Amino acid sequence: MKQITVTVNGTVYELQVKSWATLLDMIRDDLGLTGTKEGCGLGECGACTVIMDGKTVNACLVLAPEADGKEIITIEGLSRGGQFHPVQEAFMEQGGIQCGFCTPGMILSTKALLDENPNPTDEEIRRDMAGNFCRCTGYTKIFESIKAAVRKGDT
Amino acid sequence: MEFSVIGKHVPRVDAPEKVTGQARYAADYSLPGMLWCKVHRSPYAHARILHVDTSRAQRLPGVKAVVTGKDFHGWSWGWMPETRDEPPLAVEKARYLYEAVAAVAAIDEDIAEEACDLITVDYEELPGVYDPEEALQDGAPLVHEGREKNISIEYHWNFGDVEKAFAESHIIREDRFCTSRATKGYVEPPAALAYYDPAGYITIWPAKQSPYFHYRHLAACFKLPLNRVRVIQPFIGGGFGGTKNDSVAGDFCAVLLSKMTGKPVKFVYTQEEELTTSRRRHSMIVYNKMGAKRDGTLTAVQTRVIADGGAYTAIGPLTMYLAGFATTLPYKLPTYKYDAYRVFTNTPIGAAMRGHGITHTRFACEIQMEMIAEELGIDPVQMRLRNAIDNPKPGTMYETINKVTLKTCGIKEALNTVAAHPLWRDKDKAPQRRDNISWGVGLSGTAYLGGARQRGHQSCGAIVRICEDGTVNLLTGATDCGQGSDTVLCMIAAEELGVRLKDIAIKRVDTAYTPCDPGSYGSRVTILAGQATQMAAADAKRQLVRSAAETWEVNPEDIEIKEGVVFVTTDAQKSMPFSKLARIACYSGSGAVIIGTGYSGYGVEPLDFDTGMGNGGTSYSFTAQLARVGVDMETGKVQVTDFVIAHDGGRPLNPLGAEGQNEGGAIQGLGQTIYENFIMDKGKTLNPTFLDYKMPRTTDVPDIQVIDIITDDPDGPFGAKEASEGSIVSTPPAVVSAIHDATGIWFTELPITPEKIVKALKEKGDKKGHGSVREAKRMKERQET
Repeated sequence: MKQITVTVNGTVYELQVKSWATLLDMIRDDLGLTGTKEGCGLGECGACTVIMDGKTVNACLVLAPEADGKEIITIEGLSRGGQFHPVQEAFMEQGGIQCGFCTPGMILSTKALLDENPNPTDEEIRRDMAGNFCRCTGYTKIFESIKAAVRKGDT
Repeated sequence: MEFSVIGKHVPRVDAPEKVTGQARYAADYSLPGMLWCKVHRSPYAHARILHVDTSRAQRLPGVKAVVTGKDFHGWSWGWMPETRDEPPLAVEKARYLYEAVAAVAAIDEDIAEEACDLITVDYEELPGVYDPEEALQDGAPLVHEGREKNISIEYHWNFGDVEKAFAESHIIREDRFCTSRATKGYVEPPAALAYYDPAGYITIWPAKQSPYFHYRHLAACFKLPLNRVRVIQPFIGGGFGGTKNDSVAGDFCAVLLSKMTGKPVKFVYTQEEELTTSRRRHSMIVYNKMGAKRDGTLTAVQTRVIADGGAYTAIGPLTMYLAGFATTLPYKLPTYKYDAYRVFTNTPIGAAMRGHGITHTRFACEIQMEMIAEELGIDPVQMRLRNAIDNPKPGTMYETINKVTLKTCGIKEALNTVAAHPLWRDKDKAPQRRDNISWGVGLSGTAYLGGARQRGHQSCGAIVRICEDGTVNLLTGATDCGQGSDTVLCMIAAEELGVRLKDIAIKRVDTAYTPCDPGSYGSRVTILAGQATQMAAADAKRQLVRSAAETWEVNPEDIEIKEGVVFVTTDAQKSMPFSKLARIACYSGSGAVIIGTGYSGYGVEPLDFDTGMGNGGTSYSFTAQLARVGVDMETGKVQVTDFVIAHDGGRPLNPLGAEGQNEGGAIQGLGQTIYENFIMDKGKTLNPTFLDYKMPRTTDVPDIQVIDIITDDPDGPFGAKEASEGSIVSTPPAVVSAIHDATGIWFTELPITPEKIVKALKEKGDKKGHGSVREAKRMKERQET
């Protein structure tokens, strides 16, 4: 077991984690934050995307001990005081959600993209989001959601 | 008709839970003291099970119970009483690679996995059969003893005299088409949390799109009355038919292990388990013969289908029915013959998937019509319009030769719409070839069913409960597995009751409270559960109106409810908020109960499997589609840039949702046209990861435009028909035609991978790549002048 200190959604946790546990195991099992999903466990689908120190990672590919000293944002940490984040609003309004299983990862990848590049081109959106797989939407409404989130950022 | 709610762009009712991570899926549930279940699987695709030794697994600290096939006491299951050939765990034989043989329950996932490795099984490996055409040969190994030639299902249907029609045809084509073995590709693997409590009740939270199928499976397997099986529906991470319509080994084992240990038991399959063992789309070999007159009028179609059914029958009888019955849509067909063989092989089970059955045979017919049009020198749009079924006049029906009846048909309008689109109209204006890329545009015109029938018991009901403050609880047995049906059902209830959408709350399935329903498949929810919801809302409204009429001492016929306001049409003074009426009605006497109930009357006649006569659905959607592709003539890579989809879904009740369904279906269809296929070697799946299997990602998808064709079908709530499967049928032929336009080659085997394109171009001797259809025509014209 390893002792780690990790900040998740603004709260500092002191945790004992198995050395082979993934960040995904830690988030879901130790913290009970089940909004982060496991789709493939191989870093191929992006359903477990979280933001670690400002960058998106596949939580299934990061070992929990590696999160020591890091700051993590999961989907549960995005809306504050009952207010939806503009990216969440955009996905709701534009129909960028169907089954919802990829949605937490999609929303966090969008947030990280727009934090770094507030006005991405269509091409940049497609390329940046390629690590998040969605089988339901065919992506059209996800692209429209991201563009709507860009517009919300402009205002 | 003016609607208050229907037809508005409405965000999903479950969107807030889904964007905040609060929506809980099966794997997100846990209970105190819960054990983990893991499944031990056969390392052989075909082997006799001689002995199973679980003693070492049982001795491992932390292991609480182990089950093998014998613990289910010979029980097996299937879609029809006569096809119950699938045991929860293999007993005498393993019939496909990684078929479940045993399962363990342990205090954590790691121990459960280790225990699985400690189970030893003595097998006698048997010769396997992996190809459906080989499986039909005399002397082929038998997957099921006593099932000669490995035939799982066969149908022989005849409509009119095809021989005579072919003899009188100007042109006849015979071609072989082949479709791929595709996966549903949902991101959420199968999972459940099960608890068999000491009082003898099962409670389970499973990832199911047809929870009531599962409910019956568990009742039958554990010999319990239905009221002792409670399926509570979590959110579902995608369905698309097949696996999540059915039960999996993990479900039965988790329940049995819970019964043995008295603890809740959970399993979550890995994505590799999903991709190697779960139900997948059948691949079909379609031998198609089509005849036409000189002017392109179709005279006959004769179809022989050989489908790879895999190891068990599952829902195969319906697959083969659907693959056959809809060939008479959307073009007038005077004669038709269908011979279908679903064949057992030692591979994972073939089952339902979005576009069920129809996507295979419609692909074959569409491409063959294109081939005939090309040979006859007829424009593809004209070829289709010449044969397309007209929209029946209101109050009349069109009947096909196999007695499929249509009350609305928007195929001609859809075809004319895409033909007038600049993508098609102006396709000759730009040069077809630029550098290595040859551009092509293709077109299709297809049909799909909505409100699918099954074997009789459709049982689709709804309950509308009025709360005393005027808000409403809606209960149905229908499952929203992502398609947006919960939102549409709430819209229907709101429209019918005359309240605001936000006043309706829908509850997910809980078999202890919600009415029985076959679940999400065959685009049936909006039509059938929608009709039930509309009736239940009307029933509740009648009770409320009666109460208002008594209060105001007016005729109930003079009362209307709209957007949350109750008023008397003949007296402007008399009006009150809906919430006030609800209070009056609920507080009358010692507490009136205002509950409306309704059930759908559609699609109750059972399917006729022997003759193929009659309707497979309640109504039928029609889709015309354009696809524009660029083919790299050196590497064979296909880039798809545009889809235009004109879809007759009757009336889109929530245009945002219906558009999303069309787009999603089209991209799934694109996947199976140019990427997706399980690559198999002697029963082994060689590409069991998302990366190797390859489904469309953000960088692969075209711009999509969806155009609604409104036909207002009388057999659907507020005119609605199907919206979620039509585009997975229309996409493959549109893309294949576009690739033909770009390369001059008709590809008849899906998926059309770059290797196949390069090989075909080489065989054609087209080094310079002038093969594109329109370039060739232009060159010919130049030579002639």
